[in-house]
Amino acid sequence: MAVAADVAEPMSASGDVPGPAVRSRRLRPWKNPWRRPWILEGFTWLYLVWSILPIVVAVIFSFNAGKSQSVWQGFSTRWYWGNPLTSVFENPQLRQSIIQTFRLSVLTTIIAVPLGVAFAIGINRWRTRTATTFNFVVVFSYVIPELIFAVAMFFLFTQLFTSIHLGTAAEVLGLATWNFSWPAIIVLARLVSIGPSYEEAAADLGASRLQTIFRVLLPLLMPAVFASAVLVFASVVDDFVVVDLLSSTANTQPMSVLIYSSTRGGNSGPALNALATIMLVFSFVVAIFGLVAYRWMTRGERGSSRQEALTTITGM
Amino acid sequence: MSVESRQGRWADRMQGRWVWAGFALPGILWLIFLFIVPFYVVLSIAGGELNAIFQSPEPIWNPLQWTGANFVAVFHDLVGQTAFVGPIFLRTVVYVAVASVLSLLIAYPAAYFVARYAGRRKVLFLVLLIAPFWVSYMMRMLAWIGLLQTSGYINRALLDLGLISQPVNWLGGKPMTIILGLVYGYIPYLILVLYAGLDRIDQRLLEAGRDLGLNRARTFWRVTLPLSRQAILTGMLITALPMVGDYFTNQMLSGAPSTAMIGNVINSQLNTASQQSKGAALSVLLLVFLLVPMLYYVVQTQRASREAY
Repeated sequence: MAVAADVAEPMSASGDVPGPAVRSRRLRPWKNPWRRPWILEGFTWLYLVWSILPIVVAVIFSFNAGKSQSVWQGFSTRWYWGNPLTSVFENPQLRQSIIQTFRLSVLTTIIAVPLGVAFAIGINRWRTRTATTFNFVVVFSYVIPELIFAVAMFFLFTQLFTSIHLGTAAEVLGLATWNFSWPAIIVLARLVSIGPSYEEAAADLGASRLQTIFRVLLPLLMPAVFASAVLVFASVVDDFVVVDLLSSTANTQPMSVLIYSSTRGGNSGPALNALATIMLVFSFVVAIFGLVAYRWMTRGERGSSRQEALTTITGM
Repeated sequence: MSVESRQGRWADRMQGRWVWAGFALPGILWLIFLFIVPFYVVLSIAGGELNAIFQSPEPIWNPLQWTGANFVAVFHDLVGQTAFVGPIFLRTVVYVAVASVLSLLIAYPAAYFVARYAGRRKVLFLVLLIAPFWVSYMMRMLAWIGLLQTSGYINRALLDLGLISQPVNWLGGKPMTIILGLVYGYIPYLILVLYAGLDRIDQRLLEAGRDLGLNRARTFWRVTLPLSRQAILTGMLITALPMVGDYFTNQMLSGAPSTAMIGNVINSQLNTASQQSKGAALSVLLLVFLLVPMLYYVVQTQRASREAY
């Protein structure tokens, strides 16, 4: 009610004409076209609480002094360090999984990003049927359910390329293929939005083709390249299906697989929450770093905004 | 224009072609060997035989010699007297359909609010909407495992409110838990697609609708909703497709065979050598089943990127 009156007031004050002013004062709140969408806003907040609160609770319980995941028994960092068996940083298997996640993320990013960026540049300019076909393949690889892809990869390494055993090498090859679409799609979109005018200008000024590529095109593409690197890195940290099927021994299990296999056994404890919290910190550091750096790279560009940076870094 | 310069240009263009082909080539080779060949391997195993001695899959590399034995076996699992995969497949379809519709009903209003009404707080809302996207799936499932335990906060809250008289075993094979788990797991992707789609809608069109005398609800119904149809369809696809292949949500939140999904069948078949060729055949069939929605998505995004030119 109060809101409706607030909005309606300026109208009645400004217009001395009795007709519309009087009518607008009588406007029932649900008829007022300028009312704030309270229900929608309340719903959105409810959604946000529902989506974020459980994660906050899980993070808090990684600092639980007891073994319970549902009863708070005091604050402690014992699940992070201090106990050689149950602390994440001291139990060799748990620590190994952190190292493995980090290793997979770095290797995959190093392979997938240059490959995808070069692919996107080539496909964008090399307008042939082959190019169109492989553009199609990339988008296809983006929507195919991960399990179907991972099954194919599993058989590739167990039946055809048997010299590459399941393990880190297979995981990296699988992950690089699975995440190939991020740099390819993002850089292609950026190429489209840049348009050909900068390159034409460079060519008019006498730059050779390679000079144009390396001194004009690549610097312009840098923000997109960087955003896709952040996305690939974070996707690998979070990835589960590909690494689950392609990992072999406990040594090659990254954090996600370890959390999954331990939860299934029913012996989940706050150590897993601690592991998941480390994963979360991993991703958030990468995301925030990516966001800041992306904003810095695109400073002064037309259309650059915090919102644009946020959506690009998330791959929208 | 002299002949030489024209020839020069032609040479330049040809050289340019090779430069671009050279850029694309490593990626193309990568995709051939690590994306296209793997599917050929799956087909060779699905069309292959079982080694009688080792009870392991024996791929047949020549497509002309592929047999349908594994597909027949899978078909008998899907329909008929001894079929055990059929009901699981139906269950998967039902779970995914319910979870997708629920996701849409939750995600659309939130995305709509942020895109249209958040105003100056847009960035704040966007950060909060995007945050779960950066939290790993395992962490999000783990969070619910903690909350849903018999002594967990959900049971305690429901007991305090008097809605239940004794703790419910949420993690003991309840379909509702799995569906909500799927919704919780995949909704960030949907909400981002919906937000992007709704944010792109030209506000002037809505104003025009209002100017022409439509009220709020009808403006939404006649203008916003039709304009966001594309985002709804692609968003639903981008969440429903991975849900179909999901096996970990079910394993983590229930583990009971009564809530098993098709992904669980394929995953468990991979663990036994003698079942692997059936697993290959089943995943080929699943791929065929999902081919139409996948192609629809690819065609739509290709068209959208062409329109952006």
